[in-house]
Amino acid sequence: MPPRLKLFLPLIIFVVLAGFLFRGLSLDPKALPSALIDKPLPEFELTRLADNAQLRRADVVGRVALFNVWATWCISCRVEHPYLQVLADQGIPIYGINYKDENSAAQRWLNELGDPYVANIVDTEGTLGLDLGVYGAPETYLVDASGVIRFRHVGVVDERVWSNILQPIYQQLLTDEG
Amino acid sequence: MNRFPKLALLCICLSLCSSVFAVIETYSFSDTQLEQRYRRLSGELRCPKCQNQNIADSNAPIAQDLRKLLYEQLEAGASDEEILDDMVSRYGEFVRYRPRFGGVTLALWIAPVVLLLLGLSAVTLVLRASTKNSSTRSDALSDAEQAQLNALLSPDLSSDDNSNSGPGVQDKS
Repeated sequence: MPPRLKLFLPLIIFVVLAGFLFRGLSLDPKALPSALIDKPLPEFELTRLADNAQLRRADVVGRVALFNVWATWCISCRVEHPYLQVLADQGIPIYGINYKDENSAAQRWLNELGDPYVANIVDTEGTLGLDLGVYGAPETYLVDASGVIRFRHVGVVDERVWSNILQPIYQQLLTDEG
Repeated sequence: MNRFPKLALLCICLSLCSSVFAVIETYSFSDTQLEQRYRRLSGELRCPKCQNQNIADSNAPIAQDLRKLLYEQLEAGASDEEILDDMVSRYGEFVRYRPRFGGVTLALWIAPVVLLLLGLSAVTLVLRASTKNSSTRSDALSDAEQAQLNALLSPDLSSDDNSNSGPGVQDKS
Protein backbone atom coordinates (compact mmCIF):
# COMPACT_ATOMS: atom_id res chain seq x y z
CA MET A 1 0.00 0.00 0.00
CA PRO A 2 1.43 3.39 -0.95
CA PRO A 3 2.29 5.46 2.15
CA ARG A 4 0.11 8.29 0.95
CA LEU A 5 -2.97 6.06 0.91
CA LYS A 6 -2.06 4.80 4.36
CA LEU A 7 -2.51 8.32 5.67
CA PHE A 8 -6.13 8.27 4.55
CA LEU A 9 -6.86 4.95 6.23
CA PRO A 10 -8.21 6.47 9.49
CA LEU A 11 -10.45 8.78 7.45
CA ILE A 12 -11.78 5.86 5.41
CA ILE A 13 -12.48 3.83 8.56
CA PHE A 14 -14.21 6.84 10.10
CA VAL A 15 -16.43 7.40 7.06
CA VAL A 16 -17.48 3.73 6.89
CA LEU A 17 -18.20 3.63 10.62
CA ALA A 18 -20.10 6.93 10.49
CA GLY A 19 -22.16 5.56 7.60
CA PHE A 20 -23.21 2.51 9.61
CA LEU A 21 -23.93 4.54 12.73
CA PHE A 22 -25.96 7.09 10.79
CA ARG A 23 -28.06 4.28 9.31
CA GLY A 24 -28.53 2.94 12.81
CA LEU A 25 -30.12 6.21 13.90
CA SER A 26 -33.13 5.63 11.69
CA LEU A 27 -33.59 1.93 12.48
CA ASP A 28 -36.17 0.84 15.01
CA PRO A 29 -34.54 -1.72 17.32
CA LYS A 30 -37.96 -2.95 18.41
CA ALA A 31 -39.13 -3.74 14.89
CA LEU A 32 -39.51 -7.49 14.58
CA PRO A 33 -39.98 -9.10 11.20
CA SER A 34 -43.02 -11.33 11.29
CA ALA A 35 -42.31 -15.01 10.85
CA LEU A 36 -45.76 -15.48 9.35
CA ILE A 37 -45.38 -13.38 6.22
CA ASP A 38 -46.54 -15.46 3.22
CA LYS A 39 -47.87 -18.13 5.56
CA PRO A 40 -51.58 -18.91 5.91
CA LEU A 41 -53.57 -17.31 8.69
CA PRO A 42 -53.50 -19.84 11.59
CA GLU A 43 -56.50 -22.05 12.17
CA PHE A 44 -58.70 -21.05 15.09
CA GLU A 45 -62.03 -21.85 16.62
CA LEU A 46 -63.24 -18.89 18.65
CA THR A 47 -66.42 -16.90 19.13
CA ARG A 48 -67.76 -13.73 17.60
CA LEU A 49 -68.00 -10.77 19.95
CA ALA A 50 -71.44 -9.60 18.81
CA ASP A 51 -73.40 -12.83 19.38
CA ASN A 52 -70.96 -15.47 20.71
CA ALA A 53 -71.46 -17.46 17.51
CA GLN A 54 -68.76 -19.91 16.53
CA LEU A 55 -66.11 -18.39 14.27
CA ARG A 56 -63.46 -20.32 12.33
CA ARG A 57 -60.70 -19.43 9.94
CA ALA A 58 -62.89 -20.37 6.96
CA ASP A 59 -65.51 -17.81 8.05
CA VAL A 60 -63.18 -14.85 7.82
CA VAL A 61 -60.98 -15.55 4.79
CA GLY A 62 -62.05 -15.24 1.17
CA ARG A 63 -61.28 -11.63 0.35
CA VAL A 64 -58.45 -9.18 0.89
CA ALA A 65 -58.92 -7.82 4.41
CA LEU A 66 -57.21 -6.20 7.34
CA PHE A 67 -56.98 -8.04 10.65
CA ASN A 68 -56.61 -5.62 13.50
CA VAL A 69 -55.45 -6.84 16.92
CA TRP A 70 -56.90 -4.57 19.59
CA ALA A 71 -58.00 -4.40 23.20
CA THR A 72 -59.71 -1.91 25.47
CA TRP A 73 -56.66 -1.83 27.78
CA CYS A 74 -54.50 -0.73 24.85
CA ILE A 75 -54.20 3.05 24.82
CA SER A 76 -52.76 3.26 21.30
CA CYS A 77 -55.81 1.34 20.07
CA ARG A 78 -58.01 4.22 21.18
CA VAL A 79 -55.79 6.56 19.16
CA GLU A 80 -56.06 4.26 16.18
CA HIS A 81 -59.79 3.66 16.37
CA PRO A 82 -61.09 6.78 14.53
CA TYR A 83 -58.87 6.09 11.55
CA LEU A 84 -60.08 2.48 11.34
CA GLN A 85 -63.59 3.96 11.13
CA VAL A 86 -62.44 6.13 8.22
CA LEU A 87 -61.05 3.06 6.43
CA ALA A 88 -64.22 1.07 7.10
CA ASP A 89 -66.29 3.93 5.65
CA GLN A 90 -64.20 3.64 2.48
CA GLY A 91 -65.39 0.04 2.24
CA ILE A 92 -62.23 -1.70 3.39
CA PRO A 93 -63.08 -4.91 5.26
CA ILE A 94 -61.50 -4.96 8.72
CA TYR A 95 -61.73 -7.93 11.04
CA GLY A 96 -61.02 -7.31 14.69
CA ILE A 97 -59.13 -9.66 16.95
CA ASN A 98 -60.12 -8.67 20.46
CA TYR A 99 -56.95 -9.69 22.25
CA LYS A 100 -57.01 -10.67 25.93
CA ASP A 101 -59.94 -8.48 26.71
CA GLU A 102 -63.23 -8.61 28.54
CA ASN A 103 -66.26 -9.04 26.33
CA SER A 104 -68.38 -6.47 28.18
CA ALA A 105 -65.64 -3.82 28.02
CA ALA A 106 -65.06 -4.51 24.33
CA GLN A 107 -68.77 -4.31 23.55
CA ARG A 108 -69.07 -1.03 25.45
CA TRP A 109 -66.08 0.37 23.54
CA LEU A 110 -67.70 -0.46 20.20
CA ASN A 111 -71.04 1.02 21.28
CA GLU A 112 -69.42 4.25 22.39
CA LEU A 113 -66.75 4.77 19.76
CA GLY A 114 -68.32 3.08 16.76
CA ASP A 115 -67.73 -0.31 15.20
CA PRO A 116 -65.48 -0.35 12.13
CA TYR A 117 -65.20 -4.15 12.14
CA VAL A 118 -66.92 -6.65 9.89
CA ALA A 119 -66.69 -9.06 12.82
CA ASN A 120 -64.69 -9.38 16.00
CA ILE A 121 -62.90 -12.56 16.94
CA VAL A 122 -62.85 -12.98 20.71
CA ASP A 123 -59.36 -14.08 21.73
CA THR A 124 -59.61 -13.90 25.52
CA GLU A 125 -56.82 -16.38 26.16
CA GLY A 126 -54.58 -14.89 23.49
CA THR A 127 -54.20 -18.23 21.72
CA LEU A 128 -54.76 -16.82 18.25
CA GLY A 129 -52.45 -13.98 19.23
CA LEU A 130 -49.77 -16.51 20.17
CA ASP A 131 -50.19 -18.33 16.86
CA LEU A 132 -49.94 -15.03 15.00
CA GLY A 133 -46.82 -14.01 16.91
CA VAL A 134 -48.52 -10.92 18.33
CA TYR A 135 -46.29 -9.15 20.81
CA GLY A 136 -48.15 -5.93 21.42
CA ALA A 137 -51.43 -4.36 20.40
CA PRO A 138 -52.29 -2.72 18.10
CA GLU A 139 -51.05 -4.87 15.26
CA THR A 140 -52.57 -4.98 11.81
CA TYR A 141 -52.23 -7.84 9.34
CA LEU A 142 -52.97 -7.70 5.64
CA VAL A 143 -54.43 -11.02 4.53
CA ASP A 144 -55.08 -11.85 0.89
CA ALA A 145 -58.09 -13.56 -0.65
CA SER A 146 -56.65 -17.04 -0.16
CA GLY A 147 -56.07 -16.39 3.54
CA VAL A 148 -52.32 -15.85 3.36
CA ILE A 149 -50.73 -13.16 5.55
CA ARG A 150 -48.97 -10.66 3.32
CA PHE A 151 -47.94 -7.91 5.67
CA ARG A 152 -47.86 -6.98 9.32
CA HIS A 153 -47.77 -3.51 10.79
CA VAL A 154 -47.00 -3.16 14.49
CA GLY A 155 -48.33 0.05 16.01
CA VAL A 156 -51.02 2.55 15.20
CA VAL A 157 -52.43 2.66 11.67
CA ASP A 158 -52.96 6.28 10.75
CA GLU A 159 -53.28 8.30 7.57
CA ARG A 160 -49.51 8.28 6.98
CA VAL A 161 -49.04 4.54 7.58
CA TRP A 162 -52.05 3.69 5.45
CA SER A 163 -51.14 5.78 2.40
CA ASN A 164 -47.39 5.11 2.55
CA ILE A 165 -47.23 1.46 3.53
CA LEU A 166 -50.50 -0.44 3.71
CA GLN A 167 -52.53 0.97 0.85
CA PRO A 168 -49.98 0.17 -1.90
CA ILE A 169 -49.85 -3.47 -0.75
CA TYR A 170 -53.63 -3.58 -0.36
CA GLN A 171 -54.14 -2.29 -3.90
CA GLN A 172 -51.57 -4.75 -5.22
CA LEU A 173 -53.39 -7.64 -3.55
CA LEU A 174 -56.71 -6.46 -5.02
CA THR A 175 -55.30 -6.32 -8.54
CA ASP A 176 -53.64 -9.73 -8.08
CA GLU A 177 -56.98 -11.13 -7.09
CA GLY A 178 -58.89 -9.50 -9.93
CA MET B 1 -18.28 -0.65 62.91
CA ASN B 2 -21.92 -1.34 63.22
CA ARG B 3 -22.46 -0.59 59.55
CA PHE B 4 -20.58 -3.49 58.13
CA PRO B 5 -23.00 -6.31 59.05
CA LYS B 6 -25.92 -4.31 57.66
CA LEU B 7 -24.09 -3.78 54.41
CA ALA B 8 -23.22 -7.47 54.21
CA LEU B 9 -26.84 -8.36 54.89
CA LEU B 10 -27.95 -6.06 52.07
CA CYS B 11 -25.46 -7.67 49.71
CA ILE B 12 -26.69 -11.14 50.63
CA CYS B 13 -30.30 -10.08 50.12
CA LEU B 14 -29.55 -8.56 46.74
CA SER B 15 -27.63 -11.62 45.61
CA LEU B 16 -30.66 -13.77 46.35
CA CYS B 17 -32.76 -11.95 43.75
CA SER B 18 -31.74 -14.24 40.93
CA SER B 19 -33.83 -15.10 37.91
CA VAL B 20 -35.23 -18.19 39.58
CA PHE B 21 -37.24 -16.03 41.95
CA ALA B 22 -38.43 -13.63 39.27
CA VAL B 23 -41.02 -16.04 37.91
CA ILE B 24 -44.43 -15.46 39.36
CA GLU B 25 -46.50 -18.46 38.41
CA THR B 26 -45.44 -21.95 39.33
CA TYR B 27 -45.99 -25.07 37.32
CA SER B 28 -45.88 -28.52 38.80
CA PHE B 29 -44.26 -30.98 36.48
CA SER B 30 -44.97 -34.66 36.31
CA ASP B 31 -41.26 -35.31 36.03
CA THR B 32 -38.21 -33.47 37.39
CA GLN B 33 -36.54 -33.97 34.03
CA LEU B 34 -39.28 -31.84 32.47
CA GLU B 35 -38.71 -29.15 35.06
CA GLN B 36 -35.03 -28.99 34.22
CA ARG B 37 -35.81 -28.73 30.53
CA TYR B 38 -38.37 -26.01 31.32
CA ARG B 39 -35.72 -24.02 33.22
CA ARG B 40 -33.21 -24.41 30.43
CA LEU B 41 -35.60 -23.60 27.58
CA SER B 42 -37.24 -20.65 29.32
CA GLY B 43 -33.75 -19.25 29.90
CA GLU B 44 -32.91 -19.65 26.24
CA LEU B 45 -36.07 -18.19 24.74
CA ARG B 46 -36.18 -14.47 24.32
CA CYS B 47 -39.18 -12.34 25.17
CA PRO B 48 -40.45 -10.66 21.97
CA LYS B 49 -41.80 -7.62 23.78
CA CYS B 50 -39.08 -6.77 26.31
CA GLN B 51 -36.26 -7.48 24.03
CA ASN B 52 -33.29 -8.13 26.22
CA GLN B 53 -34.86 -10.51 28.67
CA ASN B 54 -35.50 -14.18 28.39
CA ILE B 55 -39.01 -15.41 29.06
CA ALA B 56 -37.98 -16.76 32.47
CA ASP B 57 -37.01 -13.29 33.66
CA SER B 58 -39.77 -11.26 32.08
CA ASN B 59 -43.10 -10.38 33.62
CA ALA B 60 -44.58 -9.19 30.34
CA PRO B 61 -47.94 -10.86 29.55
CA ILE B 62 -46.49 -12.27 26.35
CA ALA B 63 -43.70 -13.95 28.34
CA GLN B 64 -46.30 -15.47 30.67
CA ASP B 65 -48.15 -16.83 27.65
CA LEU B 66 -44.96 -18.27 26.22
CA ARG B 67 -44.08 -19.92 29.54
CA LYS B 68 -47.55 -21.45 29.64
CA LEU B 69 -47.17 -22.65 26.07
CA LEU B 70 -43.73 -24.07 26.89
CA TYR B 71 -45.14 -25.89 29.91
CA GLU B 72 -48.00 -27.36 27.89
CA GLN B 73 -45.70 -28.48 25.12
CA LEU B 74 -43.30 -30.10 27.59
CA GLU B 75 -46.11 -31.96 29.32
CA ALA B 76 -47.44 -33.06 25.93
CA GLY B 77 -44.11 -34.74 25.34
CA ALA B 78 -42.62 -32.50 22.66
CA SER B 79 -38.87 -32.63 22.12
CA ASP B 80 -36.64 -29.57 22.60
CA GLU B 81 -36.21 -29.37 18.86
CA GLU B 82 -39.96 -29.38 18.21
CA ILE B 83 -40.60 -26.72 20.85
CA LEU B 84 -37.91 -24.40 19.53
CA ASP B 85 -39.07 -24.90 15.92
CA ASP B 86 -42.61 -24.06 16.97
CA MET B 87 -41.50 -20.88 18.76
CA VAL B 88 -39.41 -19.86 15.75
CA SER B 89 -42.38 -20.40 13.42
CA ARG B 90 -44.30 -17.81 15.45
CA TYR B 91 -41.68 -15.22 16.24
CA GLY B 92 -38.75 -15.93 13.93
CA GLU B 93 -35.14 -16.75 14.84
CA PHE B 94 -35.24 -13.64 17.00
CA VAL B 95 -36.90 -15.61 19.77
CA ARG B 96 -33.84 -17.79 20.35
CA TYR B 97 -30.77 -16.56 22.15
CA ARG B 98 -28.82 -19.28 20.37
CA PRO B 99 -30.14 -19.06 16.82
CA ARG B 100 -29.78 -22.01 14.48
CA PHE B 101 -26.67 -22.09 12.32
CA GLY B 102 -27.40 -21.37 8.68
CA GLY B 103 -29.70 -19.27 6.52
CA VAL B 104 -30.26 -15.70 7.62
CA THR B 105 -28.36 -16.22 10.88
CA LEU B 106 -25.16 -17.24 9.07
CA ALA B 107 -23.75 -13.71 9.19
CA LEU B 108 -24.44 -13.60 12.92
CA TRP B 109 -22.40 -16.75 13.53
CA ILE B 110 -19.56 -16.04 11.13
CA ALA B 111 -19.05 -12.31 11.61
CA PRO B 112 -17.20 -12.61 14.98
CA VAL B 113 -14.72 -15.13 13.55
CA VAL B 114 -14.14 -13.01 10.44
CA LEU B 115 -13.64 -9.87 12.53
CA LEU B 116 -11.24 -11.71 14.86
CA LEU B 117 -9.20 -12.94 11.88
CA LEU B 118 -9.15 -9.43 10.40
CA GLY B 119 -7.95 -8.01 13.71
CA LEU B 120 -5.27 -10.68 14.09
CA SER B 121 -3.96 -10.16 10.56
CA ALA B 122 -3.86 -6.39 11.13
CA VAL B 123 -1.83 -6.90 14.31
CA THR B 124 0.61 -9.30 12.59
CA LEU B 125 1.06 -6.88 9.68
CA VAL B 126 1.81 -3.99 12.01
CA LEU B 127 4.18 -6.08 14.14
CA ARG B 128 6.01 -7.43 11.10
CA ALA B 129 6.39 -3.94 9.62
CA SER B 130 7.85 -2.58 12.86
CA THR B 131 10.38 -5.44 13.30
CA LYS B 132 11.42 -5.07 9.65
CA ASN B 133 12.03 -1.35 10.15
CA SER B 134 14.08 -1.80 13.30
CA SER B 135 16.27 -4.52 11.75
CA THR B 136 17.16 -2.56 8.61
CA ARG B 137 17.77 0.65 10.46
CA SER B 138 21.25 0.50 12.04
CA ASP B 139 22.16 2.59 15.02
CA ALA B 140 25.52 3.59 13.53
CA LEU B 141 25.61 6.97 11.82
CA SER B 142 26.55 7.33 8.19
CA ASP B 143 29.53 9.49 7.24
CA ALA B 144 27.39 12.40 6.28
CA GLU B 145 25.41 12.20 9.53
CA GLN B 146 28.63 12.00 11.56
CA ALA B 147 29.95 15.11 9.84
CA GLN B 148 26.71 16.95 10.56
CA LEU B 149 26.85 15.93 14.18
CA ASN B 150 30.44 17.08 14.51
CA ALA B 151 29.55 20.42 13.01
CA LEU B 152 26.74 20.87 15.52
CA LEU B 153 28.76 19.82 18.55
CA SER B 154 32.04 21.61 17.94
CA PRO B 155 31.93 25.42 18.21
CA ASP B 156 32.40 26.83 14.76
CA LEU B 157 34.93 29.67 14.86
CA SER B 158 33.95 31.24 11.62
CA SER B 159 30.40 31.89 12.76
CA ASP B 160 31.59 33.31 16.11
CA ASP B 161 32.45 36.66 14.51
CA ASN B 162 28.90 37.80 14.07
CA SER B 163 27.67 36.47 17.41
CA ASN B 164 26.77 40.04 18.41
CA SER B 165 24.12 40.29 15.75
CA GLY B 166 22.68 36.85 16.53
CA PRO B 167 19.44 36.64 18.39
CA GLY B 168 20.73 33.92 20.72
CA VAL B 169 23.52 34.18 23.22
CA GLN B 170 24.96 37.59 23.87
CA ASP B 171 28.02 38.38 25.91
CA LYS B 172 27.45 40.90 28.60
CA SER B 173 30.60 42.79 29.50
